Amino acid sequence: MAKIFIPTPLRIYVDNKNAVDVDGTTVGEALKNLVDEHPKLKDHLYTDEGTLRQFVNIYRNDDDIRYLDQDDTKLETDDEVSIVPSIAGGVEIVPTERGPVRVAEAAQGTDLSPEEIKRYSRHLTLPEFGMDGQKKLKSSSVLMVGAGGLGSPLGMYLAAAGVGRIGIVDFDVVDESNLQRQVLHGTKDVGRKKIDSARDTIEDVNPFVDVETYDVGLSSDNALDILKDYDVVADGTDNFPTRYLVNDACVMLGIPNVYASIFRFEGQVSVFGAEDGPCYRCLYEEPPPPGLVPSCAEGGVLGVLPGMVGTMQATEVIKVLTGIGEPLIGRLLMIDALDMRFRTLKIRRNPDCPVCGDHPTQTELIDYQAFCGVPENPDGEMIDDQNEAPEITVRELKDRLDAGDRPFILDVRRAYEYDIANLGGTLIPVDELEDRLDEIEAHKDDEIIVHCRSGARSARAVNMMRERGYSKAFNLKGGVLAWSDEIDPSMPQY
Amino acid sequence: MITNGDVLDHIRRHGEETYPEECCGFLIGRLREGRNDVFSARRAVNRNKHRREDRYVIAPEDYREADRAAREVDLDIVGMYHSHPDHPARPSSTDLEQATFPGYTYVIVSVLDGKAADLTAWSLAEDRSRFHTESIDEQLLTGN
Repeated sequence: MAKIFIPTPLRIYVDNKNAVDVDGTTVGEALKNLVDEHPKLKDHLYTDEGTLRQFVNIYRNDDDIRYLDQDDTKLETDDEVSIVPSIAGGVEIVPTERGPVRVAEAAQGTDLSPEEIKRYSRHLTLPEFGMDGQKKLKSSSVLMVGAGGLGSPLGMYLAAAGVGRIGIVDFDVVDESNLQRQVLHGTKDVGRKKIDSARDTIEDVNPFVDVETYDVGLSSDNALDILKDYDVVADGTDNFPTRYLVNDACVMLGIPNVYASIFRFEGQVSVFGAEDGPCYRCLYEEPPPPGLVPSCAEGGVLGVLPGMVGTMQATEVIKVLTGIGEPLIGRLLMIDALDMRFRTLKIRRNPDCPVCGDHPTQTELIDYQAFCGVPENPDGEMIDDQNEAPEITVRELKDRLDAGDRPFILDVRRAYEYDIANLGGTLIPVDELEDRLDEIEAHKDDEIIVHCRSGARSARAVNMMRERGYSKAFNLKGGVLAWSDEIDPSMPQY
Repeated sequence: MITNGDVLDHIRRHGEETYPEECCGFLIGRLREGRNDVFSARRAVNRNKHRREDRYVIAPEDYREADRAAREVDLDIVGMYHSHPDHPARPSSTDLEQATFPGYTYVIVSVLDGKAADLTAWSLAEDRSRFHTESIDEQLLTGN
């Protein structure tokens, strides 16, 4: 038995009492008993789908049950349950505004042509979606940051679903190694700009979509200008500086940021920057140390993974735009494709967050490359260390080998990379190198040529080795990729 | 709603003070036979983080505090008020989307160039589809 306090306007449904005693061992049970006993309350507290209306907060004594066990929050005899409305509103929308609210307004003045009605008929017959949802999509705009692994299913499904305007930011060109997962691009597109190939694919999927392309890397100088014209931003970047940049810009502009990321066999999806929701910085206030998290190029990725995660990202974009369902605001979906397990973690807005907190300390975009420690090249591999490490070019090495010189070659990649292509060196992965230096101690005073795939990891290795007294360690500039490009085209690239 | 001039002046003043941002607060009084008697207006903090010029948010905690204080003197929260800086005193689509329970009185004061202008009262239709206008009767109210 617990006491439930009833807000003033609802008392007419409970014989004008301000509190009602009901049975129940949990809050959910007590609320169910309440509406069973007083059925007219139900419409005011619950949606047609049976979930509590968005503005309804339930408290057990002084605690919001969202931060306890939600419906399963236990009730003791003396507990008091309160129904507390969230109150909000505002003035009419100015036409330049962006976001789901603008979309809802613009949709009212939008019509679908007979061709569109035919194309979207399976949406129109969904009661939750219907004409209203379809008009909202048509009136909406989404900016995709990146036309790669995540951007591929994202762009294709958003286009197919009927989003009116899709913007794409990417400055990369299609590489053969992209085709294993980036289904926006085909074999014929290798060497083309990703934005051009993406535009062709999207226009083929749905000619009703307006596509806008930005052949730039997103930066603090251009981000606000590009993002401000969109209702929702979908962040599918593969690097931390851009991820923090997109997050901060979205918070500053008040645009929801549907975020997804992938790593080997795992993925994450959430919605940041929504009103009263957390942002990426509430979850990760600072980036990991440079080099700790490998990029797709370095760490590999299961090709189908961005397909899974990008479609979830597209689902969230559509939910945010149309207002159906419960988007992942304040929740982080974690996907493990190996176990095929999905978990959601609750994330709360951090009142002390430097960007979206109650008293933001950062109100302008900053230098995100510096914030994240090290500049990155388009592959997401770090180039800073490489610039500092003493190096030798592949041509110089080839000439030395041809002249009969046999320097000691150390390969700091992983074994599976060695299997793809190698220069016959000794293999010690960079992460293990420090602990295994004794294995090459005999060469401490010899010249050592250190290499990896592109020269990034080996540069770190050379710097570490020189600190440990290996004074003749040199980085092979450009790694096996350069070797394949300049010396031996038969060596596979990956 | 039935209220007195002091309450309405208080709301107007609050709107002028927070201009160009929106103000918001609670209407405290009693529900009687389908109408609301409003004895006082209690200020609330607009908790919207980024857009107080055209949005307002009242935190649930602030609602609970106001509710507790009202109940101590045997009164209730019977509605809310907010301002529309440089916009007319009628509910916006945002107001409708965010509306809570039918039965509350929603007062809106328009503040133009920093001066309070029209002040109107509204109630949410039972099916939540729109707001009905509510008359404002100025009377000297007594506690009983």
